[in-house]
Amino acid sequence: MEKIFTRPESLRDVDTHYCAGCGHGIVHRLICELIDELGIREKTIAVCPVGCAVVAYDYWNFDCCEAAHGRALAVATGIKRTQPNRFVFTYQGDGDLAAIGTAETIHAANRGENLSVAFINNAIYGMTGGQMAPTSLLKQKTTTTPLGRNPALEGYPLKICELLAVLPAVRSLERVALDSVGGVIKTKKALKEAFINQLENKGFSLVEILSPCPVCWKKTPQGAWQWVGSEMTKTFPLGKFK
Amino acid sequence: MREKILISGNEAIAEGAIRAGCDFYAGYPITPQNELTAYMAENMPRANRVFVQAESELAAISMVMGAAASGRRAMTSSSGPGISLKQEGISYLAGARLPCLIVNIMRGGPGLGNIAPAQSDYFQATKGGGHGDYHCIVLAPSSVQEAYNLVFLGFDLADKYRTPAIILGDGMLGQMMEPITITSSASGKKQVKKPWALTGCKGKAPNIVKSFYMQEGDLEKFNKVLQKQYAQITQKEQRFEGMHLEDSEIILVAYGSTARIARSAVQSLRKKGKKAGLLRPISLWPFPVGIFEDLLKKKKKKLRFFVTEMSYGQMVEDVRLAVNGRARIDFYGRAGGGIPTEEEILERI
Ligand SMILES: Cc1ncc(C[n+]2csc(CCOP(=O)(O)OP(=O)(O)O)c2C)c(N)n1
Ligand code: SF4
Repeated sequence: MEKIFTRPESLRDVDTHYCAGCGHGIVHRLICELIDELGIREKTIAVCPVGCAVVAYDYWNFDCCEAAHGRALAVATGIKRTQPNRFVFTYQGDGDLAAIGTAETIHAANRGENLSVAFINNAIYGMTGGQMAPTSLLKQKTTTTPLGRNPALEGYPLKICELLAVLPAVRSLERVALDSVGGVIKTKKALKEAFINQLENKGFSLVEILSPCPVCWKKTPQGAWQWVGSEMTKTFPLGKFK
Repeated sequence: MREKILISGNEAIAEGAIRAGCDFYAGYPITPQNELTAYMAENMPRANRVFVQAESELAAISMVMGAAASGRRAMTSSSGPGISLKQEGISYLAGARLPCLIVNIMRGGPGLGNIAPAQSDYFQATKGGGHGDYHCIVLAPSSVQEAYNLVFLGFDLADKYRTPAIILGDGMLGQMMEPITITSSASGKKQVKKPWALTGCKGKAPNIVKSFYMQEGDLEKFNKVLQKQYAQITQKEQRFEGMHLEDSEIILVAYGSTARIARSAVQSLRKKGKKAGLLRPISLWPFPVGIFEDLLKKKKKKLRFFVTEMSYGQMVEDVRLAVNGRARIDFYGRAGGGIPTEEEILERI
């Protein structure tokens, strides 16, 4: 009998620590499927974030590097510049990429580093227990915005795709959402383009993935997936920005 | 091949790095080390190596981390305020056991301070600097030739022990021009194997470069590995230069540029018939405690140490620890623009 569905070789056969309904595990799997399909596992070097996905290297079956919180794109620059024929991607949360690492993000993008970025926007700091992220929605309640995010004090949700779209060296930018099976399929397609861009030396590509964090949002897995589709996409419109 | 050239300390360090096989340099402008970065910008690409002007020192040291994790010889340079920002990355490099070379051409502090030469970052360099229980190997040149030579040693020791190494110079040394002899490729780069490097997992199990140990007991185990390594470095890598140590009754202790001033003070004292000597630590970490032990064991009657620094007393603490109450120690230091002069030193002796 032909086997038509199996664990990708790039994904280790271990349990992950992610909460039920979390988007991280799904994106991990999509990345691993793509790396297998493109046949690049043996030349892949991932840079992991500080955030809930900090131990992604325990789940991925290829070379991985740690980076300090927010510095993944600087570490990736050092790897890719010295090994231009390797496939190098970063995997980062919104605190990592859009708060503490904003400078690294903008400048790696502006230099047009030939890198691929999986940016997990879950509108919150998961690992530290649910504080406001730069991407938290207006009125969103978090442990540090107990009354809801107030734009007069906390500013507005930071839109990374829109910000990076003005930089000439950026090759591709797309925002997708884990809100449905269709959303998962679109996410894989967007990641595939970002990966192929790098393999074809086309430069910096980033995929922003709106992703559920049921635990910190205090929602059921199902409710969280719905919230991605019904609320997050109002602030963060989906689509191709570049 | 040997050739003689006239060159500044900053440029000599850069030239040494290129000849020692530095593959990657990332830096961010700061005085008084800008000539080093400019030299790398011009000459690294010519040698087919990578130069990146980073957006900050935080980014520069993380880029170095990426290049080091790739198994390449990687380097960055800066001064005071920039070195403070690099502490995050240096701690990660130490925790991930990645070799690299960091150059600090010290200026006046605290804060933005000024751009005059100083030696006020001794504590930061030798006692860890960032968070966690770690040390960097710290080498302190006192001439342009030595700055050039120590780059080779710095890279070699970093590779050998899988640790960041620091060249601790000061603005005077960085800016000063002296003739040096260039030696081509005396470096040990080719001898080191880096099976831990991230180069893709073709034909082998994947490698992970990390400093994160969450399982109970793992971090303690890892810290013990580091400590064992540090004990070995302390035992094997102490370096110093001595002058008239055998018969001296007063020994001046100074490093870097200040040691040049102390050396003239010793010469003047000798001319006057005083039994004076110079002990110049070259490795600041590990601090050359062994020579203090030898001197104190052999001492007949009087032995006094006089420590002078371009700081208000940092290295003197290590001298006190090494001497441990067995001899008198005096100190004279200036920092923030002033440099201890020979006359001031002689006056206080
Ligand atoms: C320099 C530094 N500051 C703070 C932290 C604590 N910290 C760990 S993860 C994190 C935020 C994680 O949020 P995000 O990047 O959005 O990822 P998520 O956990 O939501 O996937 C913070 C603040 C740290 N590890 N290092
Ligand atoms: S806290 Fe949120 S982001 Fe973190 S694992 Fe749980 S659901 Fe996922």
